[in-house]
Amino acid sequence: MNQASCQIESTLSTGQFCRRLLRRQLVLAVRRPVEIGNPLLFFTMVVALFPLGLGPAPAQLAEFAPGVLWIIALLSNLLTSEAVFRGDFEDGSLEQLLLSPQPLYLSVLAYIGAHWLVTGLLLALVSPLFAVMLNLSTASIPVLVSSLLLGTGVLSLLGCIGASLTVGLRRGGMLISLLVLPLYMPVLIFGSAAVKAAALGNPAGPYLAILGGMLCFAVALAPFAVAAGLRISIDA
Amino acid sequence: MWSIFHKLGSPPWLYKISGSILRWLLPITVAALAIGVAWGLLFTAPDFRQGNSYRIIYIHVPAAVVALAGYYIMALAGAVSLIWKMKIADIAMKACAPIGAAFTFVALVTGAIWGKPTWGTWWVWDARITSMLVLLFLYLGVVALYEAFDNKEAASKACAVLSLVGMVNIPIIYKSVDWWYSLHQPASIKMTGGSSIDTSMLYPLFWMIASFYALFACCMMLYMRVEILQTQGKTGWVKRLASQGSS
Repeated sequence: MNQASCQIESTLSTGQFCRRLLRRQLVLAVRRPVEIGNPLLFFTMVVALFPLGLGPAPAQLAEFAPGVLWIIALLSNLLTSEAVFRGDFEDGSLEQLLLSPQPLYLSVLAYIGAHWLVTGLLLALVSPLFAVMLNLSTASIPVLVSSLLLGTGVLSLLGCIGASLTVGLRRGGMLISLLVLPLYMPVLIFGSAAVKAAALGNPAGPYLAILGGMLCFAVALAPFAVAAGLRISIDA
Repeated sequence: MWSIFHKLGSPPWLYKISGSILRWLLPITVAALAIGVAWGLLFTAPDFRQGNSYRIIYIHVPAAVVALAGYYIMALAGAVSLIWKMKIADIAMKACAPIGAAFTFVALVTGAIWGKPTWGTWWVWDARITSMLVLLFLYLGVVALYEAFDNKEAASKACAVLSLVGMVNIPIIYKSVDWWYSLHQPASIKMTGGSSIDTSMLYPLFWMIASFYALFACCMMLYMRVEILQTQGKTGWVKRLASQGSS
Protein backbone atom coordinates (compact mmCIF):
# COMPACT_ATOMS: atom_id res chain seq x y z
CA MET A 1 0.00 0.00 0.00
CA ASN A 2 2.70 2.37 1.05
CA GLN A 3 4.87 1.33 -1.84
CA ALA A 4 2.00 1.80 -4.24
CA SER A 5 1.37 5.34 -3.12
CA CYS A 6 5.05 6.09 -3.52
CA GLN A 7 4.82 4.73 -7.03
CA ILE A 8 1.98 7.08 -7.86
CA GLU A 9 3.88 9.96 -6.33
CA SER A 10 6.97 9.33 -8.37
CA THR A 11 5.06 9.20 -11.65
CA LEU A 12 4.05 12.83 -11.11
CA SER A 13 6.61 15.28 -12.37
CA THR A 14 7.20 18.41 -10.30
CA GLY A 15 5.45 20.56 -12.85
CA GLN A 16 2.35 18.35 -12.84
CA PHE A 17 2.37 18.27 -9.07
CA CYS A 18 2.42 22.07 -8.80
CA ARG A 19 -0.25 22.45 -11.47
CA ARG A 20 -2.49 20.04 -9.59
CA LEU A 21 -1.82 21.83 -6.33
CA LEU A 22 -2.71 25.15 -7.93
CA ARG A 23 -5.85 23.67 -9.47
CA ARG A 24 -6.82 22.14 -6.14
CA GLN A 25 -6.47 25.49 -4.38
CA LEU A 26 -8.49 27.23 -7.08
CA VAL A 27 -11.21 24.58 -7.01
CA LEU A 28 -11.38 24.89 -3.22
CA ALA A 29 -11.78 28.64 -3.61
CA VAL A 30 -14.39 28.38 -6.37
CA ARG A 31 -16.44 25.89 -4.34
CA ARG A 32 -16.80 28.59 -1.68
CA PRO A 33 -17.59 31.66 -3.79
CA VAL A 34 -18.36 33.68 -0.67
CA GLU A 35 -14.70 33.43 0.28
CA ILE A 36 -13.77 35.02 -3.02
CA GLY A 37 -16.54 37.59 -2.79
CA ASN A 38 -15.80 38.71 0.76
CA PRO A 39 -12.55 40.59 0.03
CA LEU A 40 -14.25 42.39 -2.85
CA LEU A 41 -17.17 43.27 -0.63
CA PHE A 42 -14.75 44.47 2.02
CA PHE A 43 -13.00 46.60 -0.59
CA THR A 44 -16.33 48.14 -1.66
CA MET A 45 -17.45 48.88 1.87
CA VAL A 46 -14.20 50.53 2.91
CA VAL A 47 -14.24 52.60 -0.29
CA ALA A 48 -17.68 53.79 0.82
CA LEU A 49 -16.30 54.71 4.25
CA PHE A 50 -13.86 57.26 2.92
CA PRO A 51 -16.35 59.73 1.40
CA LEU A 52 -18.32 59.44 4.64
CA GLY A 53 -15.26 60.20 6.73
CA LEU A 54 -13.44 62.68 4.51
CA GLY A 55 -16.43 64.44 2.96
CA PRO A 56 -17.78 63.89 -0.55
CA ALA A 57 -16.00 66.82 -2.29
CA PRO A 58 -14.87 65.29 -5.62
CA ALA A 59 -11.55 67.16 -5.83
CA GLN A 60 -10.56 66.04 -2.35
CA LEU A 61 -11.56 62.45 -3.01
CA ALA A 62 -9.55 62.41 -6.22
CA GLU A 63 -6.53 63.65 -4.32
CA PHE A 64 -6.77 60.91 -1.70
CA ALA A 65 -7.94 58.14 -4.04
CA PRO A 66 -4.53 56.60 -4.92
CA GLY A 67 -3.53 56.22 -1.28
CA VAL A 68 -6.99 55.12 -0.20
CA LEU A 69 -7.31 52.45 -2.89
CA TRP A 70 -3.84 51.12 -2.14
CA ILE A 71 -4.39 50.99 1.61
CA ILE A 72 -7.64 49.06 1.13
CA ALA A 73 -5.94 46.65 -1.26
CA LEU A 74 -3.29 46.12 1.38
CA LEU A 75 -5.81 45.47 4.14
CA SER A 76 -7.97 43.09 2.16
CA ASN A 77 -4.86 41.19 1.14
CA LEU A 78 -3.79 41.01 4.76
CA LEU A 79 -7.17 39.74 5.93
CA THR A 80 -7.26 36.96 3.34
CA SER A 81 -3.64 35.83 3.54
CA GLU A 82 -4.19 34.72 7.11
CA ALA A 83 -6.33 31.81 5.92
CA VAL A 84 -4.07 30.55 3.10
CA PHE A 85 -2.61 27.64 5.05
CA ARG A 86 -5.19 27.43 7.85
CA GLY A 87 -7.48 24.73 6.42
CA ASP A 88 -4.68 22.50 5.19
CA PHE A 89 -2.86 22.89 8.47
CA GLU A 90 -5.90 21.79 10.44
CA ASP A 91 -6.77 18.72 8.34
CA GLY A 92 -3.16 17.59 8.10
CA SER A 93 -2.66 17.89 4.35
CA LEU A 94 0.06 20.46 4.94
CA GLU A 95 2.01 17.84 6.84
CA GLN A 96 1.64 15.48 3.89
CA LEU A 97 2.91 18.22 1.60
CA LEU A 98 6.02 18.66 3.74
CA LEU A 99 6.61 14.90 3.66
CA SER A 100 6.21 14.64 -0.11
CA PRO A 101 9.37 14.48 -2.23
CA GLN A 102 8.36 17.53 -4.26
CA PRO A 103 10.37 20.73 -3.72
CA LEU A 104 8.59 22.79 -1.10
CA TYR A 105 9.65 26.04 -2.75
CA LEU A 106 7.46 25.31 -5.79
CA SER A 107 4.49 23.91 -3.90
CA VAL A 108 4.50 26.96 -1.65
CA LEU A 109 4.61 29.11 -4.76
CA ALA A 110 1.50 27.29 -5.99
CA TYR A 111 -0.33 28.17 -2.77
CA ILE A 112 0.73 31.80 -3.05
CA GLY A 113 -0.16 31.91 -6.73
CA ALA A 114 -3.64 30.60 -6.01
CA HIS A 115 -4.07 33.19 -3.28
CA TRP A 116 -3.03 35.96 -5.64
CA LEU A 117 -5.37 34.73 -8.40
CA VAL A 118 -8.43 34.85 -6.16
CA THR A 119 -7.61 38.10 -4.33
CA GLY A 120 -4.99 40.33 -5.97
CA LEU A 121 -5.93 39.65 -9.56
CA LEU A 122 -9.67 40.06 -8.93
CA LEU A 123 -9.07 43.20 -6.94
CA ALA A 124 -6.95 44.69 -9.72
CA LEU A 125 -9.63 43.81 -12.27
CA VAL A 126 -12.48 45.46 -10.36
CA SER A 127 -10.42 48.43 -9.15
CA PRO A 128 -11.41 50.70 -12.10
CA LEU A 129 -14.94 50.71 -10.71
CA PHE A 130 -13.73 52.00 -7.35
CA ALA A 131 -11.40 54.46 -9.04
CA VAL A 132 -14.39 55.97 -10.82
CA MET A 133 -16.36 56.05 -7.56
CA LEU A 134 -13.54 58.02 -5.92
CA ASN A 135 -13.33 60.37 -8.88
CA LEU A 136 -9.84 59.33 -9.94
CA SER A 137 -8.96 60.59 -13.42
CA THR A 138 -9.61 58.01 -16.14
CA ALA A 139 -6.08 58.45 -17.49
CA SER A 140 -4.60 57.00 -14.31
CA ILE A 141 -6.81 53.89 -14.26
CA PRO A 142 -4.49 51.71 -16.42
CA VAL A 143 -1.63 52.61 -14.07
CA LEU A 144 -3.80 51.77 -11.05
CA VAL A 145 -4.64 48.36 -12.49
CA SER A 146 -1.07 47.52 -13.46
CA SER A 147 0.34 48.77 -10.14
CA LEU A 148 -2.19 46.58 -8.32
CA LEU A 149 -1.36 43.60 -10.53
CA LEU A 150 2.32 43.87 -9.68
CA GLY A 151 1.98 45.08 -6.11
CA THR A 152 -0.62 42.61 -4.85
CA GLY A 153 1.72 39.82 -5.99
CA VAL A 154 4.36 41.15 -3.61
CA LEU A 155 1.71 41.53 -0.90
CA SER A 156 0.59 37.91 -1.32
CA LEU A 157 4.16 36.67 -1.08
CA LEU A 158 4.91 38.71 2.05
CA GLY A 159 1.53 37.96 3.60
CA CYS A 160 2.12 34.25 3.22
CA ILE A 161 5.37 34.58 5.21
CA GLY A 162 3.30 35.92 8.07
CA ALA A 163 0.64 33.27 7.50
CA SER A 164 3.18 30.44 7.56
CA LEU A 165 4.68 31.65 10.84
CA THR A 166 1.33 32.09 12.59
CA VAL A 167 -0.67 29.18 11.14
CA GLY A 168 -0.20 27.02 14.23
CA LEU A 169 -1.25 29.74 16.65
CA ARG A 170 -4.76 30.05 17.97
CA ARG A 171 -4.81 33.84 17.96
CA GLY A 172 -2.96 34.52 14.74
CA GLY A 173 -5.28 37.14 13.27
CA MET A 174 -3.99 40.28 14.94
CA LEU A 175 -0.44 39.00 15.11
CA ILE A 176 -0.03 38.54 11.37
CA SER A 177 -0.80 42.21 10.76
CA LEU A 178 1.86 43.24 13.29
CA LEU A 179 4.41 41.04 11.52
CA VAL A 180 3.54 41.84 7.94
CA LEU A 181 2.43 45.48 7.83
CA PRO A 182 5.95 46.94 8.23
CA LEU A 183 7.04 44.77 5.30
CA TYR A 184 4.11 46.02 3.20
CA MET A 185 5.16 49.66 3.48
CA PRO A 186 7.53 49.87 0.48
CA VAL A 187 4.82 48.40 -1.75
CA LEU A 188 2.33 50.96 -0.49
CA ILE A 189 4.80 53.80 -1.11
CA PHE A 190 5.57 52.87 -4.69
CA GLY A 191 2.07 51.64 -5.57
CA SER A 192 0.35 54.84 -4.50
CA ALA A 193 3.20 56.96 -5.89
CA ALA A 194 2.67 55.36 -9.31
CA VAL A 195 -1.04 56.19 -9.31
CA LYS A 196 -0.41 59.68 -7.98
CA ALA A 197 2.17 60.34 -10.69
CA ALA A 198 -0.29 59.16 -13.34
CA ALA A 199 -3.05 61.34 -11.89
CA LEU A 200 -0.76 64.37 -12.13
CA GLY A 201 0.15 63.47 -15.70
CA ASN A 202 3.69 62.40 -14.86
CA PRO A 203 5.24 59.18 -16.17
CA ALA A 204 4.51 56.26 -13.85
CA GLY A 205 6.86 53.82 -15.57
CA PRO A 206 9.74 54.05 -13.06
CA TYR A 207 7.42 53.25 -10.14
CA LEU A 208 5.92 50.29 -11.95
CA ALA A 209 9.42 49.11 -12.79
CA ILE A 210 10.38 49.24 -9.11
CA LEU A 211 7.21 47.34 -8.19
CA GLY A 212 8.15 44.75 -10.80
CA GLY A 213 11.63 44.55 -9.32
CA MET A 214 10.16 44.01 -5.87
CA LEU A 215 7.97 41.27 -7.29
CA CYS A 216 10.96 39.47 -8.83
CA PHE A 217 12.91 39.79 -5.59
CA ALA A 218 9.98 38.53 -3.53
CA VAL A 219 9.27 35.60 -5.87
CA ALA A 220 12.90 34.58 -5.60
CA LEU A 221 13.21 34.76 -1.81
CA ALA A 222 9.83 34.78 -0.05
CA PRO A 223 8.93 31.12 -0.78
CA PHE A 224 12.05 30.03 1.12
CA ALA A 225 10.88 31.98 4.17
CA VAL A 226 7.36 30.56 3.78
CA ALA A 227 8.73 27.02 3.52
CA ALA A 228 10.87 27.55 6.65
CA GLY A 229 7.87 29.03 8.45
CA LEU A 230 5.65 26.07 7.55
CA ARG A 231 8.29 23.59 8.77
CA ILE A 232 8.49 25.45 12.10
CA SER A 233 4.72 25.63 12.48
CA ILE A 234 4.29 21.93 11.74
CA ASP A 235 7.01 21.00 14.23
CA ALA A 236 5.53 23.15 16.98
CA MET B 1 38.62 26.75 17.08
CA TRP B 2 35.84 24.22 17.34
CA SER B 3 36.23 24.05 21.10
CA ILE B 4 35.27 27.73 21.35
CA PHE B 5 32.36 26.96 19.09
CA HIS B 6 31.20 24.16 21.36
CA LYS B 7 31.71 26.24 24.48
CA LEU B 8 29.60 29.00 22.94
CA GLY B 9 26.76 26.55 22.75
CA SER B 10 26.92 25.79 26.43
CA PRO B 11 24.78 27.91 28.76
CA PRO B 12 26.78 27.23 31.98
CA TRP B 13 29.99 28.33 30.26
CA LEU B 14 28.35 31.49 28.95
CA TYR B 15 26.86 32.20 32.35
CA LYS B 16 30.28 31.98 33.95
CA ILE B 17 32.18 33.93 31.30
CA SER B 18 29.54 36.67 31.05
CA GLY B 19 29.67 37.02 34.83
CA SER B 20 33.39 37.70 34.76
CA ILE B 21 33.08 40.01 31.75
CA LEU B 22 30.27 42.01 33.36
CA ARG B 23 32.33 42.45 36.53
CA TRP B 24 34.58 44.87 34.66
CA LEU B 25 32.46 45.85 31.64
CA LEU B 26 29.54 47.16 33.70
CA PRO B 27 31.58 49.66 35.78
CA ILE B 28 33.49 50.76 32.67
CA THR B 29 30.22 51.32 30.79
CA VAL B 30 28.69 53.34 33.60
CA ALA B 31 31.86 55.44 33.90
CA ALA B 32 32.08 55.92 30.11
CA LEU B 33 28.44 57.03 29.97
CA ALA B 34 28.97 59.45 32.84
CA ILE B 35 32.09 60.90 31.21
CA GLY B 36 30.40 61.12 27.81
CA VAL B 37 27.29 62.82 29.22
CA ALA B 38 29.38 65.32 31.17
CA TRP B 39 31.61 65.97 28.15
CA GLY B 40 28.70 66.39 25.76
CA LEU B 41 26.37 68.34 28.02
CA LEU B 42 28.81 70.54 29.90
CA PHE B 43 32.10 70.91 28.05
CA THR B 44 31.22 71.34 24.40
CA ALA B 45 30.44 74.70 22.84
CA PRO B 46 26.76 75.48 22.15
CA ASP B 47 25.67 75.28 18.53
CA PHE B 48 25.58 78.69 16.84
CA ARG B 49 22.04 78.15 15.56
CA GLN B 50 20.39 75.73 17.93
CA GLY B 51 22.05 76.90 21.12
CA ASN B 52 22.01 74.26 23.82
CA SER B 53 19.13 72.17 22.54
CA TYR B 54 21.39 70.34 20.09
CA ARG B 55 23.09 68.58 23.00
CA ILE B 56 20.43 65.90 22.99
CA ILE B 57 22.26 64.37 20.01
CA TYR B 58 24.64 62.84 22.55
CA ILE B 59 21.78 60.58 23.61
CA HIS B 60 19.71 60.58 20.44
CA VAL B 61 22.30 59.63 17.81
CA PRO B 62 23.99 56.83 19.81
CA ALA B 63 20.60 55.33 20.67
CA ALA B 64 19.55 55.38 17.01
CA VAL B 65 22.85 53.92 15.77
CA VAL B 66 22.81 51.10 18.29
CA ALA B 67 19.10 50.42 17.73
CA LEU B 68 19.75 49.84 14.03
CA ALA B 69 22.84 47.72 14.68
CA GLY B 70 20.84 45.74 17.23
CA TYR B 71 18.48 44.50 14.54
CA TYR B 72 21.37 43.14 12.53
CA ILE B 73 22.83 41.49 15.63
CA MET B 74 19.42 39.92 16.27
CA ALA B 75 19.12 38.66 12.69
CA LEU B 76 22.68 37.27 12.74
CA ALA B 77 21.99 35.51 16.04
CA GLY B 78 18.80 34.16 14.48
CA ALA B 79 20.73 32.86 11.46
CA VAL B 80 23.30 31.20 13.73
CA SER B 81 20.57 29.55 15.77
CA LEU B 82 18.79 28.30 12.62
CA ILE B 83 21.96 26.97 10.99
CA TRP B 84 23.88 25.52 13.94
CA LYS B 85 20.98 25.16 16.40
CA MET B 86 23.03 26.94 19.03
CA LYS B 87 21.05 27.52 22.21
CA ILE B 88 23.03 30.61 23.12
CA ALA B 89 22.24 32.24 19.77
CA ASP B 90 18.55 31.69 20.49
CA ILE B 91 18.85 33.46 23.80
CA ALA B 92 20.92 36.28 22.27
CA MET B 93 18.32 36.79 19.58
CA LYS B 94 15.53 36.86 22.13
CA ALA B 95 17.46 39.37 24.24
CA CYS B 96 18.03 41.72 21.29
CA ALA B 97 14.34 42.28 20.58
CA PRO B 98 13.15 44.10 23.73
CA ILE B 99 16.50 45.85 24.25
CA GLY B 100 16.63 47.02 20.64
CA ALA B 101 13.02 48.17 20.88
CA ALA B 102 13.91 50.16 24.00
CA PHE B 103 16.85 51.85 22.24
CA THR B 104 14.64 52.65 19.25
CA PHE B 105 12.03 54.10 21.57
CA VAL B 106 14.66 56.25 23.30
CA ALA B 107 15.83 57.50 19.90
CA LEU B 108 12.26 58.40 18.91
CA VAL B 109 11.44 60.12 22.20
CA THR B 110 14.67 62.13 22.31
CA GLY B 111 14.09 63.05 18.66
CA ALA B 112 10.62 64.33 19.53
CA ILE B 113 11.95 66.31 22.52
CA TRP B 114 14.58 67.86 20.27
CA GLY B 115 12.07 68.52 17.50
CA LYS B 116 9.71 70.58 19.66
CA PRO B 117 12.04 73.57 20.25
CA THR B 118 13.88 73.18 16.93
CA TRP B 119 11.16 72.44 14.41
CA GLY B 120 8.26 73.65 16.52
CA THR B 121 6.53 70.28 16.48
CA TRP B 122 6.88 66.96 18.27
CA TRP B 123 6.53 64.84 15.20
CA VAL B 124 7.36 65.27 11.53
CA TRP B 125 6.92 62.58 8.90
CA ASP B 126 10.54 62.87 7.99
CA ALA B 127 12.20 59.95 6.23
CA ARG B 128 14.52 59.12 9.08
CA ILE B 129 11.86 59.40 11.78
CA THR B 130 9.46 57.25 9.80
CA SER B 131 12.04 54.55 9.21
CA MET B 132 12.90 54.49 12.93
CA LEU B 133 9.19 54.05 13.64
CA VAL B 134 9.12 51.12 11.21
CA LEU B 135 12.16 49.68 12.97
CA LEU B 136 10.26 49.86 16.25
CA PHE B 137 7.37 47.98 14.60
CA LEU B 138 9.77 45.31 13.34
CA TYR B 139 11.23 44.82 16.83
CA LEU B 140 7.80 44.68 18.45
CA GLY B 141 6.65 42.18 15.82
CA VAL B 142 9.46 39.83 16.87
CA VAL B 143 8.54 40.25 20.55
CA ALA B 144 4.85 39.63 19.79
CA LEU B 145 5.60 36.55 17.71
CA TYR B 146 7.81 35.08 20.43
CA GLU B 147 5.15 35.61 23.07
CA ALA B 148 2.43 34.05 20.90
CA PHE B 149 4.07 30.61 20.80
CA ASP B 150 3.62 28.20 23.71
CA ASN B 151 6.46 26.04 22.42
CA LYS B 152 9.49 28.25 23.03
CA GLU B 153 11.80 26.28 20.74
CA ALA B 154 9.44 26.88 17.82
CA ALA B 155 9.10 30.49 18.97
CA SER B 156 12.81 31.14 18.59
CA LYS B 157 12.92 29.48 15.19
CA ALA B 158 9.95 31.52 13.98
CA CYS B 159 11.50 34.72 15.34
CA ALA B 160 14.78 33.86 13.63
CA VAL B 161 12.99 33.53 10.27
CA LEU B 162 11.09 36.76 10.89
CA SER B 163 14.20 38.72 11.84
CA LEU B 164 16.02 37.43 8.76
CA VAL B 165 13.09 38.51 6.58
CA GLY B 166 13.20 41.86 8.37
CA MET B 167 16.93 42.20 7.78
CA VAL B 168 16.50 41.68 4.04
CA ASN B 169 13.69 44.22 4.08
CA ILE B 170 15.30 46.97 6.17
CA PRO B 171 17.39 48.44 3.31
CA ILE B 172 14.35 48.31 1.02
CA ILE B 173 12.15 50.01 3.61
CA TYR B 174 14.79 52.66 4.30
CA LYS B 175 15.36 53.42 0.64
CA SER B 176 11.67 53.59 -0.17
CA VAL B 177 10.83 55.79 2.81
CA ASP B 178 13.71 58.02 1.79
CA TRP B 179 12.34 58.23 -1.71
CA TRP B 180 8.79 58.80 -0.49
CA TYR B 181 9.94 61.71 1.67
CA SER B 182 11.88 63.38 -1.11
CA LEU B 183 8.84 62.92 -3.36
CA HIS B 184 6.26 64.51 -1.14
CA GLN B 185 8.00 67.26 0.74
CA PRO B 186 10.78 69.61 -0.23
CA ALA B 187 13.77 69.28 2.07
CA SER B 188 12.64 72.03 4.40
CA ILE B 189 14.45 70.59 7.38
CA LYS B 190 18.10 69.79 7.48
CA MET B 191 19.42 67.88 10.44
CA THR B 192 22.46 70.08 11.08
CA GLY B 193 21.19 73.40 9.76
CA GLY B 194 23.39 73.28 6.70
CA SER B 195 26.66 73.20 8.62
CA SER B 196 28.60 70.00 9.06
CA ILE B 197 29.38 69.03 12.60
CA ASP B 198 32.54 70.38 14.25
CA THR B 199 35.16 67.94 15.52
CA SER B 200 34.93 69.30 19.07
CA MET B 201 31.32 68.08 19.03
CA LEU B 202 32.13 64.95 17.07
CA TYR B 203 34.58 63.37 19.56
CA PRO B 204 32.10 63.26 22.46
CA LEU B 205 29.54 61.89 20.00
CA PHE B 206 31.84 59.02 19.01
CA TRP B 207 32.59 58.45 22.67
CA MET B 208 28.88 58.21 23.43
CA ILE B 209 28.26 55.86 20.50
CA ALA B 210 30.97 53.53 21.82
CA SER B 211 29.50 53.76 25.33
CA PHE B 212 26.06 52.94 24.01
CA TYR B 213 27.42 49.86 22.27
CA ALA B 214 28.93 48.81 25.59
CA LEU B 215 25.59 49.52 27.28
CA PHE B 216 23.83 47.36 24.71
CA ALA B 217 26.33 44.56 25.34
CA CYS B 218 25.81 44.84 29.11
CA CYS B 219 22.01 44.82 28.77
CA MET B 220 22.21 41.80 26.49
CA MET B 221 24.46 39.85 28.84
CA LEU B 222 22.31 40.65 31.86
CA TYR B 223 19.20 39.61 29.96
CA MET B 224 20.86 36.43 28.72
CA ARG B 225 22.00 35.49 32.23
CA VAL B 226 18.47 35.81 33.58
CA GLU B 227 17.13 33.89 30.59
CA ILE B 228 19.69 31.10 31.06
CA LEU B 229 18.78 30.75 34.73
CA GLN B 230 15.08 30.67 33.88
CA THR B 231 15.33 28.10 31.10
CA GLN B 232 17.93 25.95 32.87
CA GLY B 233 16.26 26.18 36.27
CA LYS B 234 15.91 22.42 36.61
CA THR B 235 19.51 21.51 35.75
CA GLY B 236 22.11 20.57 38.33
CA TRP B 237 24.47 23.48 37.89
CA VAL B 238 21.74 26.08 38.43
CA LYS B 239 20.58 24.27 41.58
CA ARG B 240 24.16 24.17 42.86
CA LEU B 241 24.45 27.87 42.07
CA ALA B 242 21.24 28.63 43.95
CA SER B 243 22.37 26.64 46.99
CA GLN B 244 25.72 28.47 47.02
CA GLY B 245 23.80 31.71 46.91
CA SER B 246 26.21 33.66 44.71
CA SER B 247 27.56 33.70 41.18
